[in-house]
Amino acid sequence: MDDSTQQQAGQISGAEIIMRCLQEENVKFVFGYPGGAVLHIYDAIFKQDKFKHILVRHEQAAVHAADAFARATGEVGVALVTSGPGATNAVTGIATAYMDSIPMVVISGQVPTAAIGMDAFQEVDMVGVTRPCVKHNFLIKDVRDIASTIKKAFYIAASGRPGPVVVDIPKDITAEFTEFNYPKSVEMRSYTPVIKGHSGQIKKAVKILLEAKRPMIYTGGGLVLGDASNELVKLARTLGYPVTNTLMGLGGYPATDKQYIGMLGMHGTYEANNAMQDCDVLLAVGARFDDRVIGNPDHFLSVPRTIIHIDVDPSSISKRVKVDVPIVGHVQSVLSEMNEILAAETKKPDASALKTWWAKIDGWRTKKSLSYDGSSSSIIKPQYVIEKLWEVTKGDAYVTSDVGQHQMWAAQYYKFDKPRRWINSGGLGTMGVGLPYAMGCQLADPKAQVACVTGEGSIQMNIQELSTCKQFNLPIKVILLNNRYLGMVRQWQEFFYENRYSESYMDSLPDFVKLAESYGHVGINIEKPADVEGALQDAFAMKDRFVFMNFLTDQKENVFPMVPNGKGINEMILGTDPNANDPANKMEG
Amino acid sequence: MKHIISLLMENEAGALSRVAGLFSARAYNIESLTVAPTEDATLSRMTIVTSGSDDVIEQIIKQLNKLVDVVKVLDLNDGRYIERELMLVKVKATGALREEMKRISDIFRGRIIDVADGSYTIELTGSGSKLDAFLEALDKTVILETVRTGASGIGRGDRILKV
Repeated sequence: MDDSTQQQAGQISGAEIIMRCLQEENVKFVFGYPGGAVLHIYDAIFKQDKFKHILVRHEQAAVHAADAFARATGEVGVALVTSGPGATNAVTGIATAYMDSIPMVVISGQVPTAAIGMDAFQEVDMVGVTRPCVKHNFLIKDVRDIASTIKKAFYIAASGRPGPVVVDIPKDITAEFTEFNYPKSVEMRSYTPVIKGHSGQIKKAVKILLEAKRPMIYTGGGLVLGDASNELVKLARTLGYPVTNTLMGLGGYPATDKQYIGMLGMHGTYEANNAMQDCDVLLAVGARFDDRVIGNPDHFLSVPRTIIHIDVDPSSISKRVKVDVPIVGHVQSVLSEMNEILAAETKKPDASALKTWWAKIDGWRTKKSLSYDGSSSSIIKPQYVIEKLWEVTKGDAYVTSDVGQHQMWAAQYYKFDKPRRWINSGGLGTMGVGLPYAMGCQLADPKAQVACVTGEGSIQMNIQELSTCKQFNLPIKVILLNNRYLGMVRQWQEFFYENRYSESYMDSLPDFVKLAESYGHVGINIEKPADVEGALQDAFAMKDRFVFMNFLTDQKENVFPMVPNGKGINEMILGTDPNANDPANKMEG
Repeated sequence: MKHIISLLMENEAGALSRVAGLFSARAYNIESLTVAPTEDATLSRMTIVTSGSDDVIEQIIKQLNKLVDVVKVLDLNDGRYIERELMLVKVKATGALREEMKRISDIFRGRIIDVADGSYTIELTGSGSKLDAFLEALDKTVILETVRTGASGIGRGDRILKV
């Protein structure tokens, strides 16, 4: 028997092995927070200079920041937390990443092997707690398994449909010694993600697309994660078909392009939702027909259409909506193959049918479903702030958001022309992600403009990170759309609960300017529409400062268009409807 | 409709809980679940009896395949298969019942594997429905205790689930 507690020649400690693994994976940042079970690991961090450790102020923020780093770069995000409360604090971040399929490795400390199951101090069954919200997780029980397990963790996180992987490591394992051998590659008989789509199915899909009279291309987060934007643009331009993006898919297709008809879904544009309902051929790419996107599935399926669905995850296909041509494969590979077939194809799309279809879409566009009343000179409209943000940043910022009305306005009014620029929690809808997301983006791209669009409810859920931003000099710009309400909750209470504003008023708010200043940042109050643009310009001109902008916005403004729960996707309430805000008009909730 | 799903998975700690967790998290039915290592000690074979519409069964198969520890999944109902389950039943065996219980056991090709003053323990194998039929043939008051293993299934002939 070897005694792994004694160091032999050529051996290093488990903690040092973790450092070497992260180095092998070219990890640039580890977001974390120390604690008892990870002290050996933190001691090893102290002695290395290959990656930078970002000390957050709460473990949830570590995971969100790692998640955003992954969203912005496509690389695997890495977070490190201690056992027990450190681990459970990380769970919201892990679940958030899981719902949006973000590649991430979370290393959690665990109590020493002998103490597992003894209700030890700061013990929690992390593998058990995270099982439903990870792609996979591991508990390492032997120092000799650390390298191969971490290799697997990175491979699983990044391949196929990406997702978070938790590696739980007991403290004693990190102090034991063994040789370091990092595997060159991973072979797992139980995990072999598909890359190439079925050629027969792809040919069939192209044929159906070319025969379409009222075609529609609908793409989601999978397109962004699969880095298939260029392939999509090529396909869409060749065909001349309209494109819509989901909330998670924004930037997958350039929003300023004439073929782009806006975001679809619960708060999608009139033209996108109607085209979705009315099309005869639908090409869905890396999207999952979720409840916020297609509304009532029975209503969606009440009209015939042929659906082609490309997704790397077979379980996303025909989950909520039966599809006609399923194609399982990496979206980039499948779209490239479609482009090749199209290039060699003599048949062209039906020009006259397409002309009629575009005329119909242009008719829907004339509804101007994103218009709002911006005539007041005293009350700031939140939509206006986002429009000006887009102008001032020349459409080139990373925009992170929290969850609620401000999120929808950011999605609707900031025109994303590039993928990986819109960073939000689409699936889990986690309030409090905005600020840590902005940290991850700013570290990923230090010279870039990073705007955190938030609400006064959400920002207070991770406000402590103002301190982290100071420590690491992150020049983030916070765009707080402060309407003194949990706006989306208030909106639903207006529509479906007869204006009973149960606990949706945000009372006793801090003085955000003083708050920002106390953390060493710049704070600005903006109370009049005339000051919006100037304030944004001033803020973004302070290239090396974190600026907290508190916009006092219209307390009454609601997000339109809106598809009420349980309604069909084209059964929208528009802001221009004379009784849009009349609760009597809202049907069931 | 009832389906019997067979799967091979890595014989690792926690693998069973991933499958069980999947069924509860996604609200799939689970009638029975049996698991044991195969001749290859690194692999476990699991048989799950579940029910649901075709769409639900399709999702169950896909979701099982998605689990990183799961190597292969087969819906036995897609072809011909054999299903067997083992049941042990302890019945009252006093007076006239001693003969009666022996006779019913014989009819179902059961075996009496334990004899006590007031009871027999009967071992019975067969499909789930055969075991159900046996229990129905007994007067409820004579059944002292039952234990069933849940079904194990295997494809007929050339249908083989192997890595």
